[in-house]
Amino acid sequence: MSKNQNIETTKNSISSTKHSGKTNKEIALTGVFIALAMILSYLESLVPIGFAVPGIKLGLANLVTIVSLYKLGIKNTIIISVGRIILSGILFGNMMIIIYSLAGAFVSILVMLLVMKTKIFSATGVSICGAIAHNFGQIIVAVITLENMNIMYYMIVLAITGAIAGTLIGLLSGMIIRNIHM
Amino acid sequence: MKQEESAIIKKSDIVLLVAILVIALITFVYIMLTKKPGAKVQISIDGKVEKTISLDEDYEYQVTTDMGNNRIVIKDGVVDVTAADCPDKVCENHVTIKNVGETIICLPHKLVVEIVE
Repeated sequence: MSKNQNIETTKNSISSTKHSGKTNKEIALTGVFIALAMILSYLESLVPIGFAVPGIKLGLANLVTIVSLYKLGIKNTIIISVGRIILSGILFGNMMIIIYSLAGAFVSILVMLLVMKTKIFSATGVSICGAIAHNFGQIIVAVITLENMNIMYYMIVLAITGAIAGTLIGLLSGMIIRNIHM
Repeated sequence: MKQEESAIIKKSDIVLLVAILVIALITFVYIMLTKKPGAKVQISIDGKVEKTISLDEDYEYQVTTDMGNNRIVIKDGVVDVTAADCPDKVCENHVTIKNVGETIICLPHKLVVEIVE
């Protein structure tokens, strides 16, 4: 217990010096976060879980998005998400993956920011809303490009899987946010 | 500001999760109960209807566009996409469809296979 408090005070003293080298530190952290998000989305692509219905995934990269939303602010979060999507898209995907990912990320970050500002939910609730918003954003792009409303049916399944995946990622994010002080 | 974020999960999070799951499950059950087998399958490419085929007899249809190929098989009233040269193979791995409103979609080829009345 006393050991934990010691660590706590050390971390607090580090975070209190944050303002002096803010820009450099933020730039470095943003770069590290982009790299981390890229690795997580690559790892996730190695484990296919979307079999019957497309779009089911854990959303590991959202872990980085949520942590950075709480710790680095909205501006850096947008840079991290867009950077990750474009770099991963160029390296492992194609133009269409980039468009779908950007649509999902845009709606997701917007919703998570608004939900976070209300302070009603913890990181878990923010993550659940973000996951469902992400799926919704991608469904909307599919509805527009394919000009077919019936795709909305997928949303029911994706809402369930999104809520579950969002909860898991949210719990993990909550633990990280609580324990990491930068 | 950091201290108030310390809770990993709040009561409101659980309420949210349960509410979403309940709403989704009710909608899912409603769709399951009201679904009915379709009579025809409609194949659209890039939002335009390419072909409508009856489900009554077995039929194989090859879709070939400049985006790629998909093989659509109708057998015993159910529709399946059996082969595709798209990168993600989502349409190929998709379960078979037979009820009105069900779809198999190949996003890379902008192909929608949809059951209609």
